[in-house]
Amino acid sequence: MQEWFVDVAEHIADGDPIYLACEECGQVALPPRTVCPDCAGRSLEQRPLSETATVTAETTIFSSTPRYAEETPYTIVIATFEEGVRLTGQLRGAETVERGEEVRLGVESDGDHWLITFTPSD
Amino acid sequence: MTVQIAGVASTPYGKHPDSSTRELFTDAALEALEDASLSVDDIEELYVGNFIGDLTDDQAHVGAMVADYLGARQAASMRTESACASASSAARSGAQAIRAGDADVALVGGVELMHTAGLEEVTDALANAADNEYENEAGLTFPGIYALIAQVYMDEFDVTSEDLAAVAVKNYDNGISNPIAQRQEETDVESVLESPPVATPLCLQDCCPITDGASAAVLVSETFADERGLETVVSFAGSGQSSDSLALQDRPDLARTRAAERAAEQAYERAGISAEDVDVAEVHDCFTIAEILAVESLGFFERGQGARGAVDGETALEGRIPVNTSGGLLAKGHPVGATGVGQLVEITKQLEGRHPNQVAGPTVGLTHTVGGSGASCVVNVLRAGGV
Repeated sequence: MQEWFVDVAEHIADGDPIYLACEECGQVALPPRTVCPDCAGRSLEQRPLSETATVTAETTIFSSTPRYAEETPYTIVIATFEEGVRLTGQLRGAETVERGEEVRLGVESDGDHWLITFTPSD
Repeated sequence: MTVQIAGVASTPYGKHPDSSTRELFTDAALEALEDASLSVDDIEELYVGNFIGDLTDDQAHVGAMVADYLGARQAASMRTESACASASSAARSGAQAIRAGDADVALVGGVELMHTAGLEEVTDALANAADNEYENEAGLTFPGIYALIAQVYMDEFDVTSEDLAAVAVKNYDNGISNPIAQRQEETDVESVLESPPVATPLCLQDCCPITDGASAAVLVSETFADERGLETVVSFAGSGQSSDSLALQDRPDLARTRAAERAAEQAYERAGISAEDVDVAEVHDCFTIAEILAVESLGFFERGQGARGAVDGETALEGRIPVNTSGGLLAKGHPVGATGVGQLVEITKQLEGRHPNQVAGPTVGLTHTVGGSGASCVVNVLRAGGV
């Protein structure tokens, strides 16, 4: 995996997740950007991200790639943080989750590969 | 400089176990040249779309390879890659070269052999159109991405799985009478809903098949067509292309394809038309939900109203705006790197009045091709009325 993603994942593992915010226009974004996707400004500041988010969409995958072929079916979640950014991860700790439910951000690693996860907060 | 379409061809879409990328493209290119009454020696520029050949064939440098095997070594050749919109980018590039006055004849097309790899390997290769770190490595597949889009759209606009299935029913029906279509079978709403789940809420018949195929078109300048006495009927009237965030998670509205909206606006402006002028369209229905998003982004329907097209028959052959008369990606098939020119072949035949599902007297048609989940989109507008 790319070094920048490992850095994002390690921040989550350390309980210190991050996101980027444009100091000029306020637009939020995720690493590894150096240019604001909205105003093209160059002043993206790294800020601390919440550890909980709200489910915006979820799907259960029945046909997958070689890496996850043995693990189907599994559920993928896109969750939105109060800061405005979204992340994509696999659902843990529940069979299903509904749009609007609160989930907690996590990460799993086998040493080489890092996977973002979401677990229902309740 | 007006750009004319002198000849078009697609191989049958489906399985070609005895062919290869170079052989299949050669088949389509030779047939398109024959349709144009031109020879390989006439080709000055060659643009070929190919998306996953590096992964399935272990072969890049596809532009030079197909120029070589076609016997067109004199041509400037290049592969274009914009995921599933690769061939539409090839067509756009060829038209630009002619319009700029740099060439009189451009062969444009695309080719993809997808059955050479297993389903899981193809799923993995296609996922390269997504953001590898944020999506692919998390186990999000392409059907999964469109399933997430579908869920948000269905919730927001109160659209049902039955409404989505109506798109498949229409396009399967159109595919039956298209001799090159991969799926030549009827379906109904119940069968779509009962087909195996792929990524909830999408089932197998909501998804396009895995397809081998090649398509090609010969573009020429108006001057060249005049000089050679070519009886061209269709012109390449305008093109638009735009981009969006690579990852779905970075879009403010997950169920809106802004790249397609921008590409359509640009193509309409350059062609001097508006959405109401379009008589027939081939759009990127890689999944049922994708056709609904397409007809909205092209301005055929208000946002949230796109499902009405198939449900109420507005996009049927006899409808207000016939969409995917070829069977679309869902039935005709989706050889990813060839699809955009495959759509152009179908629209050209409609405007020439020789399509197997001919609509009544169309004068303006378009192709809409999406790369990835909408991170790129190309809209090409064609018009009847040649030299």
